[in-house]
Amino acid sequence: MRKCSLNSLQSVFGKIASSALLYLPVDSADGRAVFSKWDDGTPLSNALNTVRSPKDFFFPQTEDLMRFKTEGKSIEVIDVREETEDFVVFGVRACDVKSFDILDRVFLAEPRDSYYASRRDHGVIVSLACTRPSETCFCSTFGIDAASPAGDVSCWKTESEMFWQANTEKGEALIKKIEELTEECSDEAVKEQQEKTARIMKKLPLAGLNTDAFGGGKTEELFDRPEWTELSEACLGCGTCTFVCPTCQCYDIKDFNTGNGVIRYRCWDSCMYSEFTKMAHGNNRLSQKERFRQRFMHKLVYYPENNDGLFSCVGCGRCLSKCPISMNIAKVMKKLGGE
Amino acid sequence: MNRREETLIPKIGVITDVRIDTPDIKTFRVVTPDGKKAFDHRPGQCAMLSVPGVGEAMFSITSSPTNEEFMEFSIKKCGCVTEWLHQAEVGQQITIRGPYGKPFPVDDEFAGKNMLFIAGGVGLAPLRSVINYCRHYRDRYGKIDIVYGSRSKDDLLDYREIIDEWMTDAGVDVHLTIDREEDGWDGHVGFVPNYVKELGFDTDKTAVLCGPPIMIKFTLDGLVSLGFDKTQIYTTLELRMKCGVGKCGRCNVGAKYVCKDGPVFRCDELDELPDEY
Repeated sequence: MRKCSLNSLQSVFGKIASSALLYLPVDSADGRAVFSKWDDGTPLSNALNTVRSPKDFFFPQTEDLMRFKTEGKSIEVIDVREETEDFVVFGVRACDVKSFDILDRVFLAEPRDSYYASRRDHGVIVSLACTRPSETCFCSTFGIDAASPAGDVSCWKTESEMFWQANTEKGEALIKKIEELTEECSDEAVKEQQEKTARIMKKLPLAGLNTDAFGGGKTEELFDRPEWTELSEACLGCGTCTFVCPTCQCYDIKDFNTGNGVIRYRCWDSCMYSEFTKMAHGNNRLSQKERFRQRFMHKLVYYPENNDGLFSCVGCGRCLSKCPISMNIAKVMKKLGGE
Repeated sequence: MNRREETLIPKIGVITDVRIDTPDIKTFRVVTPDGKKAFDHRPGQCAMLSVPGVGEAMFSITSSPTNEEFMEFSIKKCGCVTEWLHQAEVGQQITIRGPYGKPFPVDDEFAGKNMLFIAGGVGLAPLRSVINYCRHYRDRYGKIDIVYGSRSKDDLLDYREIIDEWMTDAGVDVHLTIDREEDGWDGHVGFVPNYVKELGFDTDKTAVLCGPPIMIKFTLDGLVSLGFDKTQIYTTLELRMKCGVGKCGRCNVGAKYVCKDGPVFRCDELDELPDEY
């Protein structure tokens, strides 16, 4: 483990940014934390987490997939893919780091999604341990330790110092780069912080939330439960939950005619939207209840069934704070789990 | 430049023939610009066709893999992409990618079996591939029965091929039906599910169904009442798809993705899925 003083953090960031684009959570003018590109002096936000998840770095909200040129009856396909520039994302919380495992199992499964894979190859994740988890946090429900975040490099921030620990080859390379600005140290201060955070985690309102009622093979048990009606009744179908969710990855592919060729692009979509499954000859999910159920069944049953029991939720709590009608996965789990 | 393979980036296909099958179905012959098949496929698999600027959609490949020269798609006019395709002329380029999905188990579970194919309307399109595959390798299968129905005589897909080829094959019985009486039709009149029950097939067969959801439902019930087990019955599903490889999330039903775990399902497998297809 290595450390640097917080006073020298900007120099460390400068060193990292000398060979890769560096992004970190920054407070915006309206007080929200957003991942932004680091420039000399850009201060790290103290917020618990960013409003939007870091999935944008690998799976952006919109991206061009290819272009077409058409002339008469002929078509030319233009590959617009470029190799991603090396980049580092600093300050990713434990929950969001876990979300990359969940996205990887979708996008890196054969046939690999080359757009996503290129960004994963060129991105280095530097996580930052939580010290002040909030009442919307429930990462521990999914076996995530907020005080021991994964990633290529894990960091812990104390009153006066930043501690750095490499976990992967990419992480080792990054630590090597900042070697002169950091010093070898013991992990005592980190352990102390971890114990303190663990005590807070146990006192959080959602600390008791568990996944016992969910997992692969539970479709029959859960699909026709009468509670879905009540749970989904007020859902507006706005899709905010899916947009802020670090693990939601459903997408749409659309064509845009620029007047000078066609761009085929991909953008985030939501299973909460009425047109998501609409076909020329019908729609297999006509009601909001069916769409609502699909989102939660996918995260809590279908995804784990296909992915060795891994749930497609990391307990980041974004949907808890952003849903306009205050419905969320924690309430769904409590209701269906029999609490 | 990112040189990795990418399934979402399609190849160019050229429409080399357009056959008007029915008032709203045309069959398109597609090859690559150098005159070859875009890729090999198995019976029951699908391909994504697109018209840049209009959109991309999944279609079953109606030609048999034993056809080594070209692929065919029977397409009903019912949405943006299909309407555009219906106006396309020979020589028009489109894009094509695939093959996608799990095929019919023609070399495994179907081998040596008597086959019963039941189709309604444009539902014949995915079955034509497997029917012609079985006809090509005739000695690998037992007796072949085909029940096919549509609204009217004019709505019967592949009519010339059915009359000239399928009906003249030894060991192939074709049973056609249309929904309502019409002049010049002396064949059977009535809906497919009822006709299947009237014909009263022995259960020593593997059945393959495709058609409108309501037809599939009632035909399946009919076969079960004749004594068929659901493990003897296969069908092919259709849901909205964007990627074709189980990532975009659209065709997810239960823990399955119709694009990669289907579109072919054995009917007992469907019982394990939520009723959302």
